Amino acid sequence: MVPLDWTEERTGLVGGVKYFLFRNVPHDVNWMQTLGAATLTAFLVQAVTGVFLAMYYQPDPNNAYESIQNITHHVTLGWMVRGMHKWGASVFIILMFLHMGRVFLFGAYKYPRELNWIIGALLLVLGMLEGFTGYLLPWDQTAYWATAVGINLNATAPFLGPFLAQFLQGGSQIGPDTISRFYSMHMLLIPGALFALIGLHLYLVVRLGVTSPPWSKTAAGRVQPKATVAAGGREGLVRTPSANSEPDA
Amino acid sequence: MSQQDDKPHLPAPSIWPVGFAIGIVCLLVGLVLGSWFAVAAGAALGAVFAFLWVRDLTRDLKPADAPVPGAASAEADAAEEDAEEIATYDRSVFLEGATLGLGAVIGGLVTLPALGFAVLPSFESHKTHDIDLGPISNFPETKWMIATFLMDPAQGEVSSRTAFIRNNGTTTVTGKPEPSFTIIYSRCAHLGCPVQPNGLISASQKKEVNGATLIPVFPSGFGCPCHGGQYDTEGNRIAGPPVRSLDRFAFSIVKGHLILGTLFSVGTVEGTGGDAKITRYTSAFPGVHVDGVERWLYPIPVPGR
Repeated sequence: MVPLDWTEERTGLVGGVKYFLFRNVPHDVNWMQTLGAATLTAFLVQAVTGVFLAMYYQPDPNNAYESIQNITHHVTLGWMVRGMHKWGASVFIILMFLHMGRVFLFGAYKYPRELNWIIGALLLVLGMLEGFTGYLLPWDQTAYWATAVGINLNATAPFLGPFLAQFLQGGSQIGPDTISRFYSMHMLLIPGALFALIGLHLYLVVRLGVTSPPWSKTAAGRVQPKATVAAGGREGLVRTPSANSEPDA
Repeated sequence: MSQQDDKPHLPAPSIWPVGFAIGIVCLLVGLVLGSWFAVAAGAALGAVFAFLWVRDLTRDLKPADAPVPGAASAEADAAEEDAEEIATYDRSVFLEGATLGLGAVIGGLVTLPALGFAVLPSFESHKTHDIDLGPISNFPETKWMIATFLMDPAQGEVSSRTAFIRNNGTTTVTGKPEPSFTIIYSRCAHLGCPVQPNGLISASQKKEVNGATLIPVFPSGFGCPCHGGQYDTEGNRIAGPPVRSLDRFAFSIVKGHLILGTLFSVGTVEGTGGDAKITRYTSAFPGVHVDGVERWLYPIPVPGR
């Protein structure tokens, strides 16, 4: 197609996208291996609905609750975007746990994918922090007391607990600084980290290849010059450069 | 499995790790006890010994010297160089190091103030305002009142707090007769939920005084709705997950008005009303033990307010 060729000649990006979309996967992949992409979709829904909500939300203790009432009752389809964001948060967390469980039960955290597992664990923590910081933003009774309890839970950690709690609160008590700080973390700090780590997570998935399920007898994964099957787990995790491994597209 | 690089490489025993460990322990103990001198000393010790330790460990990993250019004179110079073995630094190496160093300094000048801005203001101690709850004639003796007030009027409604106040009359426990009030903060000592009085509330007798609201109540104790913690009328824990008694406010009586002062945490209160014996501790977060063996088992510092 001409527009794609035009872009490809000038940027090389079309080839890159095709490389991502049309990469080889084992012939016996399972539906459970779609959970990662589902989690990514849920995250993108949260990001987009979050950006649109931020156009109407006011992160000020005097106006926060009213701005959300405005979104829910007066803004066109505001109830729907807010609902997608609120329920999407739970969907994101649940899918993340299911994806994590799938990776664990398939042994897909083993060599050479250990770093990907660690990044996934960090993504889990960041996702839950995102939920914690976002929960305060409606500034109603549920939000306030849940956050008070959550911050006090942090305060019981040894050595650094009270300092962490005081940093989160923005002072020695929950106050107007707390909602600003939580908003900044929820909109900027944690999503930035999430985007960066998800990018790294996806890069590693593409580079290392998709595994076969544990009941598979075939070798899988992208051929790696230095990989050794004996170094890792089962055959479905890694392919070595040998006579019976064909090159990837 | 390739064997050529698999020789186990044990570093020679040295005291650097020990010094590093001592520095870390000093830092942690300083955090618990609130001694900033110990924190700084521990951090400095830890940094110095960490640097020496890492330098020791990476000694073998230095890159090989660059080959001398000019192969024709290599043999002639080789003998002289072997004899002297002076370590020299190329100008390019020096410039590289200087650029990195300058970049690090500039990076520090930009990031450290920004980090300070993000972190330090939370730890400033603000002057707490005294809260005027009106004339003590509003607090009949031996009766409890629920007082709702703004801790800091400048912050507005978000600083609204509740205390349970009982006028104990006059007490002679200090020798001379003094007015006695039991003023219990409603923040649960478990995780900070609002504790409720277990008893009837006379909502119709609500009074507004000086921006505070006073409502008479007849509590037989206090209970927390979140996780079921129960307290008696002195704020001592009777049941449930709270780890200590409810916090209290210091009070003073100025021109016949009841003024609330600083918040403080207490150990188990003995006695009741005007004869109560209260051990006072710095105000601690919920879930933190202030006395007993748990104070040492769970090293949770209490930052200054």
